Amino acid sequence: MKLPLPELPQFDYIKAESAERAIDLLQEKGAAARILMGGTDLLVRMRNGALAPTVLVDIKNLPGMSAISFTKKDGLTVGAAVTMNALARNSDVLHHYPLLAEAAESVASYQLRNRATVGGNLCNASPAADTAPAALVLEAELTVMGPKGERTIPAMEFFKGPGVNALEAGEFLARINYSNPPKGWKGRYMKIGRNAGGDLAIVGVAVMGYPDKDAPSDFRFRIALASVAPTTIRVHEAEEILAQNPITETVIGMAAEAAQEAATPIDDVRASARYRNAMVKELTRRGLVDVWSSLKKEA
Amino acid sequence: MKKHMISFTINGVEETREVPSNMTLLTFLREHLTLTGVKSGCDAGECGACTVLMDGEPVNACMVLAAEADGVNIRTVEGLASEGKLDPLQEAFIELTGTQCGFCTPGVLIQARALLDRNPHPTVDEIKNALRGNLCRCTGYTKIVEAIQAVAQEGS
Repeated sequence: MKLPLPELPQFDYIKAESAERAIDLLQEKGAAARILMGGTDLLVRMRNGALAPTVLVDIKNLPGMSAISFTKKDGLTVGAAVTMNALARNSDVLHHYPLLAEAAESVASYQLRNRATVGGNLCNASPAADTAPAALVLEAELTVMGPKGERTIPAMEFFKGPGVNALEAGEFLARINYSNPPKGWKGRYMKIGRNAGGDLAIVGVAVMGYPDKDAPSDFRFRIALASVAPTTIRVHEAEEILAQNPITETVIGMAAEAAQEAATPIDDVRASARYRNAMVKELTRRGLVDVWSSLKKEA
Repeated sequence: MKKHMISFTINGVEETREVPSNMTLLTFLREHLTLTGVKSGCDAGECGACTVLMDGEPVNACMVLAAEADGVNIRTVEGLASEGKLDPLQEAFIELTGTQCGFCTPGVLIQARALLDRNPHPTVDEIKNALRGNLCRCTGYTKIVEAIQAVAQEGS
């Protein structure tokens, strides 16, 4: 393992004064350029030699990048450079999207959460990204800006592999929209790391559920997993079990097993595949029990 | 490599300096402004020894580029005392031995100051939670938490 170097290698820092300038730079420099958001992953990877960009394009200060807005019609829109702390303490987020606040608060330390951004967390496309499972179960839409203007990518299509996202050359993530979730929904983000707080997820599980009269069980659930596959993933098999069968402890157990089946974890420095395998089932079960008990209270 | 002119406020004083692109705020504070109270620990945003306040919020100075500090207000441990009077937290750390080797202390003090500024009466759990990004290798957390608690109870 290479230890981090105290100093960063040489590069040019450029604070983009407009979206057009950022796009031009990204196109012109290609792979030699990286977007700088909070830098909490990028600077570490530059120090240990994993990445060696010659240009860092800082787009945090572009208009709208740090804005959070909520309307009943459009739901929540979060600028890509909104920090984890800003997200976790926003009153609209706490009130309407507590799952998102819980996921943001689970990231690293308070200091790092003042720098780490939601957009950076998603764009790094780490299988362990803590806000990615929430984006998957809330069916977020990511708006990117690029040479051809704006386009929107569903979260489900954004994560392509470890560290690989759906952005094309010259594009950057501008904002994330979390549309209004179904009425009466409840959600939890369950996470274990090597310590009680702040570590990267060994396993992360986002669970959300909501009443739905069209489902045989009267409820629908959405489940997404972190750190147990090459990307964060939704587990439709488990969701289907919960939609089709009256919710009982046994059915929750079956759904948790389906989540375990869908997981393809690896051994790494943080945990063994075997441990992750056991934990993904257990965390899914705990998340479902928790969400189900909140739903029952209001039913 | 590009250089950048940055204007900022450091411990209440306005300054303008030129910095290279790849210099971290940590190196800049220590090597250019000789604010060596800001410690260099892990250089990876893990240990919190380099915690400083940027516009009132604690950040790891090793994870911020000096060039990004244009227009910001920075406060380091050197700026905690005012008019020759120590911050109540500093007094409590002396009084209750909230420091052993002292290496983590500047970062802890800054982090604790930020905590009390946003939450003047934190619970013990809230204090511990806030200190998750500050590693003390002397394992002196008990005294640190007690010192912060003492100030929290007095409400300053």
